[in-house]
Amino acid sequence: MKPRIGVFVCHCGLNIAATVEVSEVVKAIKDYPGVVHAQDYIYMCSDPGQELVRKAIREKNLTGLVMSNCSPSLHERTFRNLAASEGLNPYLVEVANIREYCSWPHQGDKETATKKALTIIKATIERVKRNQALVPLIVPLQKRVLVLGGGVAGMQTALDIAEGGYPVTILEKEAYLGGRVRQLDRTFISLESAPDLVNEMIDRTLKQPNIEVLTTAQIENLSGYVGNFEVRIRQQIPWVDPDKCNGCEACITACPAEVPSAFDRGLVTRKAIDWTPGERSGDKSIFLDHQVCRRVTHQENCTACQEACKEGAIAYPEDRFIEQTYGAIVVATGHDLYRKSALTEYAEDPDVLDALQFERMLAEDGPTGGKVMRPSDGKVPKEVVFVQCAGSRDPDKHFPYCSKVCCMYTCKEARRYKEKVPDGQAYLFYIDIRSTGKGYEEFVKESVEKERLLYLKGKVSKIARQGDKLLVLGGDTITGVQVEIEADLVVLAMATVPNPGAKELARLLNINTDPYGFIQEAHPKLAPVETLTAGIYLAGTSQAPKDIPHTIYQAGGAASKILSLFSRKELVHEPLVARVDTEICAGCGYCRDNCAFQAVDVDPIRKKAVVNEALCEGCGACATACPSGAIQVKNLDSKQVFDMISIVTQDYSLQP
Amino acid sequence: MKIPYYPGCTLKTKAKDLEDSAIAAAKVLDIEMEELPRWNCCGTVYSLASDDLIHQVGSIRNLVRVKEQGANQVVTLCSMCYNTLKRANEFFLADEEKQDRINRYMDEEIDYTGDVAVVHLLEILRDEVGMEKIKAAVKKPLTGLKVSPYYGCMLLRPASIGIDNTERPTVMEDLLRALGAEVIDDPYKTECCGAYQTVNRKDVVVTCVHSILTSAQRNGAEVIALSCPLCDFNLDNRQKDILQTYKGFHPIPVLYFTQLMAIAFGLDESVCRFELSYNDPRPLLKSKGLIE
Ligand SMILES: Cc1cc2nc3c(=O)[nH]c(=O)nc-3n(C[C@H](O)[C@H](O)[C@H](O)COP(=O)(O)OP(=O)(O)OC[C@H]3O[C@@H](n4cnc5c(N)ncnc54)[C@H](O)[C@@H]3O)c2cc1C
Ligand code: SF4
Ligand code: SF4
Ligand code: SF4
Repeated sequence: MKPRIGVFVCHCGLNIAATVEVSEVVKAIKDYPGVVHAQDYIYMCSDPGQELVRKAIREKNLTGLVMSNCSPSLHERTFRNLAASEGLNPYLVEVANIREYCSWPHQGDKETATKKALTIIKATIERVKRNQALVPLIVPLQKRVLVLGGGVAGMQTALDIAEGGYPVTILEKEAYLGGRVRQLDRTFISLESAPDLVNEMIDRTLKQPNIEVLTTAQIENLSGYVGNFEVRIRQQIPWVDPDKCNGCEACITACPAEVPSAFDRGLVTRKAIDWTPGERSGDKSIFLDHQVCRRVTHQENCTACQEACKEGAIAYPEDRFIEQTYGAIVVATGHDLYRKSALTEYAEDPDVLDALQFERMLAEDGPTGGKVMRPSDGKVPKEVVFVQCAGSRDPDKHFPYCSKVCCMYTCKEARRYKEKVPDGQAYLFYIDIRSTGKGYEEFVKESVEKERLLYLKGKVSKIARQGDKLLVLGGDTITGVQVEIEADLVVLAMATVPNPGAKELARLLNINTDPYGFIQEAHPKLAPVETLTAGIYLAGTSQAPKDIPHTIYQAGGAASKILSLFSRKELVHEPLVARVDTEICAGCGYCRDNCAFQAVDVDPIRKKAVVNEALCEGCGACATACPSGAIQVKNLDSKQVFDMISIVTQDYSLQP
Repeated sequence: MKIPYYPGCTLKTKAKDLEDSAIAAAKVLDIEMEELPRWNCCGTVYSLASDDLIHQVGSIRNLVRVKEQGANQVVTLCSMCYNTLKRANEFFLADEEKQDRINRYMDEEIDYTGDVAVVHLLEILRDEVGMEKIKAAVKKPLTGLKVSPYYGCMLLRPASIGIDNTERPTVMEDLLRALGAEVIDDPYKTECCGAYQTVNRKDVVVTCVHSILTSAQRNGAEVIALSCPLCDFNLDNRQKDILQTYKGFHPIPVLYFTQLMAIAFGLDESVCRFELSYNDPRPLLKSKGLIE
């Protein structure tokens, strides 16, 4: 069939018309081979403009449209929808961008601009001549969500999605839910109990019928794409049977493996088999931590606990693997604190704590029962120095970023200290006090006045053991004096860093991290809960340091994105994907090696490239890599590209 | 081993005790420190304080002298010389255009290309001799002598040229332990001594040094060990001024680490030139049975 193409040239007010001689363009293109209709109008996207296009399609029986106007990112969709409603396949419509590519950069040079506009339009006509009518791809959508991490971010996202009616699996690498918040004492600014706050959330999570919680579990492998992620999960089966265990502690006594307790941040030790860390009071149970057990760490055949147990509650089964398909994944793997030893100017000393250690000391369920004491000798500390920005805002030696929460939690911790030790003195070294949440500034002011917190604007240059005391050297930049404090205890507000393993996890999920290992969002402003991989979302401190309220906002954002994804029956994917001509393909795999989306693979038996259309973004990297032109992107194949190049280079071609 | 040695001005005058004891002690460890011929001023504060190329010329010329000896390493004793020479080298290496200009200006036989390593004697002791060999050379262990090492800034800062961890150096501690001394860890060991403020703001130096010395004493130190003649002047001679401001202050002797090496190696006391110290260390050393 002979092509019957319509060319529509838009003035865009004066945006195009002031620079491109529109009427000349129409005159010149009217008789171009294949064109049966050419027309200009002041605003082609307006209702009357669109009506002109509709009319032409109907009356002239057009087989393709070349819309010569602004960038395709603005109105390609408009005109493709228009074509579809007139019964013309939308993929037979292409935009010739004569605004951004022509009239704007060539203002004041009408001759050049008019000539160039004609070239762009002619090239697009040649492309449209070979365009095929395509139909969008339909991809099935598995409406089930995997949440990685069972902190407040993970639980909130799971709750929101589960309440929307979809099944969710939470994978938590530890034995307990709640993440860092479970380790805290109270929370700013309400000073409510952190365990109460998080336990209430854990209860709701465990009771929600649509949520499945897998503790001591991690993701092992991932393949697939949005709507259809194939996930392999590894879960450690508890080695202690809770139904048989009577809590006699015989196993704990027998176990030879004693390590610093991770939950209590090393303030006390625990056995490999011991009470479950972070559990809510009332449901205490024995937990055998595989990561610490000598059977795993030393590959020994230790059976001390099994032998000690009179109830026969202990066995050592192998890990189990679960395979499941998920439509969407949420990364909520949270944060950790930078290690104290990185700050070499500060002594490694039992009385120098990081802020989480101090939270454990303040917490009633902590190793001291909430009593503040010096770890070195158990005395109540009377002079406590808090150091803010420890490792943060230090581009030369540590991290350039602000950790966002430490100004607030340091104030909270100092205030809690003073409540417990009213005759003690709290000194807080700071650079600035960043209290930018609702009610935060008021909280700081109130704490300073009520508890006489002594804020000193400056940095601490040295912390050293000096007999019974810790010598703290610092500066107070407001009075300009050097400060020396003989402290009993020092608390470092260490920089927030991603949880260890975040980089490896990101690699496994094929998503990006920022230079510090936080998960990279798709766009800092407009897509803060998405990653660049469709179907993978993020929430909480895995993305950047933030407090609980902001974590909850982001969790809600991620959940609503997924609920909106799931509101569709199925997923629709652009049909502009790569296609392999199996008669030419030699199976060399260059296309596979060049695809950033892992969308091509070589069939090992047939030795032919195979495109996964659901993953293909139509970028064309494979087509440029293929030595024989066997793989081509639909509606932008090599013939079309060469036709367009011939038009563009017409003036330069060598005349014989 | 033989190694060219850059003394610098102070070691030929006020700090003769550092030079004599160092050369003698190094010899015990088979290190031959050969004074560089035709050495000139290291550059001191001028080369550190200004970006002008002309201020680097003096420093670089010394490194050319090293090359003239067919060597690629030069050892220093004074912390300040170490710092200026090493940083001049760094400055030189960072910019090819500057290298070219300095070379043209110097008009020396040998063009300098940045290939001379500037090292401090402490580095040689740690990295090339090793503490085990030093221990083996000890004849009179400094048993019971409570020594607090003091680094000051020039050996450690900036971090790029430091001989050890900027905040937690241990090289002098390791050396003193090898010599049998009891090492006192003083938190002020890397704090500023006041440096050249000693010329026109004595009071600043008095405050700094008072903190350093009293902290060391609080931790039990009987003597301070250091490597820099300027630190030595401030920590030792300025004690006279400290006594005027702080009545309760008890003077404490200050020695170069090389003097302690010489004693421990059983060398003749004369190489230590104790008469140059402001606070005579001899009564203390005698009481410990380390000298006659
Ligand atoms: C000392 C301190 C005090 C604080 N005080 C307050 C306060 O008073 N008020 C406030 O609003 N905020 C406070 N915060 C901030 C608060 O802790 C965070 O906002 C909150 O913990 C963020 O929750 P999250 O779920 O993003 O991360 P996390 O709490 O870190 O939880 C992440 C979870 O993911 C799990 N996980 C990690 N990797 C994996 C993996 N690969 N697979 C499976 N699971 C994984 C972890 O085990 C953890 O359970 C404080 C923070 C600190 C450090
Ligand atoms: S197997 Fe041995 S090391 Fe492991 S928990 Fe039991 S007693 Fe402890
Ligand atoms: S939140 Fe405050 S303490 Fe923490 S890094 Fe930022 S400014 Fe420093
Ligand atoms: S077009 Fe791009 S996304 Fe699609 S298979 Fe080729 S390289 Fe991968």
